[in-house]
Amino acid sequence: MCGIIGVIDRTMSRMDGSSIKRALSLMDERGSGEGAGYVAYGIYPDYADCYAIHVFFDNLLEPKTMVDSILQKWGRIIHQEEIPTYDQPDLKKEHIPWRYFFRPYTDLIVGTTNPADDTVKHLVMTVNSSIEGALIFSSGINLGVFKAAGWPEDVANFYRIEDYKGYIWLAHNRYPTNTSGWWGGAHPFNLLDWAVVHNGEITSYGTNRRYVESNGYKCTMFTDTEVVAYLFDLLGRRHGLPPETVVTALAPPFWDEIDDMPEKKEEFLRTLRLTYGPALMNGPFAIVVATKDGIVGFTDRIKLRPLVVGENGSRLYISSEEAAIRTMDPEVQTIYMPRAGEPVIGRVMV
Amino acid sequence: MEPLVIDAKGMHYTPLNKMIREAVASGVKEIVLNNVLGQRFIGNGLRGDAKITINGVPGGDLGMFMSGPECEIFGDAEHAPGNTMDSGALFIHGSAGDAVAHSMRGGKVFVKGNIGYRGGIHMKEYEDKRPILAVGGTSHAFLGEYMAGGLILIFGIGQESAVQDRGIGSGIHGGEIVIRGDVNEKLLGVGAKKVAFNEDDLKRLTPVIKEFCERFGIDPSSFLDTNYSRIIPASSRPFAGKYTWE
Repeated sequence: MCGIIGVIDRTMSRMDGSSIKRALSLMDERGSGEGAGYVAYGIYPDYADCYAIHVFFDNLLEPKTMVDSILQKWGRIIHQEEIPTYDQPDLKKEHIPWRYFFRPYTDLIVGTTNPADDTVKHLVMTVNSSIEGALIFSSGINLGVFKAAGWPEDVANFYRIEDYKGYIWLAHNRYPTNTSGWWGGAHPFNLLDWAVVHNGEITSYGTNRRYVESNGYKCTMFTDTEVVAYLFDLLGRRHGLPPETVVTALAPPFWDEIDDMPEKKEEFLRTLRLTYGPALMNGPFAIVVATKDGIVGFTDRIKLRPLVVGENGSRLYISSEEAAIRTMDPEVQTIYMPRAGEPVIGRVMV
Repeated sequence: MEPLVIDAKGMHYTPLNKMIREAVASGVKEIVLNNVLGQRFIGNGLRGDAKITINGVPGGDLGMFMSGPECEIFGDAEHAPGNTMDSGALFIHGSAGDAVAHSMRGGKVFVKGNIGYRGGIHMKEYEDKRPILAVGGTSHAFLGEYMAGGLILIFGIGQESAVQDRGIGSGIHGGEIVIRGDVNEKLLGVGAKKVAFNEDDLKRLTPVIKEFCERFGIDPSSFLDTNYSRIIPASSRPFAGKYTWE
């Protein structure tokens, strides 16, 4: 059991983090105090063209020296600083959260249409798999993940989440069941522009992990959700599938449902399932994924985890509990429950 | 006696439930909870004949293990209202989340709006204890999953067909699911079978239909006919051959 909530303002009007903190804290019961986190899009307008690289350092000597040097080899560090934190009585500061605003060189990598993204992805994989005492947990442009091992309100107060203003927010309260709780295992999981919060278990993790690892990703966080971020990056960014199709590939209809579809649709879904068989996710899950362009929420095909949607004008909310949405927005107009496997999409209007 | 009115705004469920429990123990018969939002376990394990009015959206497991009291909710409910409820009633004027009436063993859960997935999962019955889950709107998939007893009644008001999701009565081995109108055979789960709803069934269910309609201000006359489908267990042991071979 975990608690998730996400919101997008489709006009890109920015909200501070105070209301999502209250909403997530309402679902304290869904966690165990061993992990909580937030991600917000649009929070770094002063560095809007830089990758914001958030790192957990165990100390600022060896690991940081190594990260500094690898970043300087692959691009320019425009600015760097410790992420401001504020001591909380019930939260042990086990790592030092640090941020770099980074611009990669685009001429050091070939065979890609997006050298900047692929360079940063390479850096994240390299640092996380080879530099002890350093973990990059956020690597997108104009967005940032803030997470730690603790209760939702303590983690929010530790980072003073209300000091950040974003047009998309996702938040997660963790109840670790299969692996232990630690800072890197808290959600959201992020790679480049993708951020993921997840309630449930991916029982197909082994298959999915082999699939993403055969495509150049490295799983280093000791928990299943990480693989979802990489699947979205692979299918959504590198293969260029639209978000609806990514969701259909990850949580497709059952074969007997496909058999009953009109011929063209049947053929498309059959092809999609066969092509992306190893990307299919099994097990109970409710997931919300964000990019700078919008959010998408979906559940497993037999709906073993809760998901509720709320709308109020330009704002779309997706959460484990209706009360959490009403805590964020007492004026919410419509509340409904989407069907299993059906993507709920909120896009920015440009 | 004046009803006890509690403003639950921003209150954690533990002190709230303590207040309710102490009030009922001291003989209070009527409690009104205002500004309820997300507080779990309201009425949890409560005994007696108190009446609780809930204004707002209560949290999960409303009325869990409750035995006797009646809760009327002016708002939606979250997951599993009526979880393992023993007797008494929940009257929900909005919609409810997944696993409504989970493992319920007696009493009534009436929902005016819709319910989520797995409504009535593993409801059961014993002798004169026969729980009832009645829903004015529709239900998502796996309605009455592993159902062992009791009655589920879906009216489908405002719906083209009352239930449109798959897996109805998946693993059912006791009790009955009654759905307004016809139900596509393809939507039946493993171990469920559809039979005709006859005049005797109507006679048997008329009090439930009337009570539901009266409670929510619906005219019962248009529901007092045999235009229902009745879904019952195909056998008392639907998975007898699944793990062992006889």
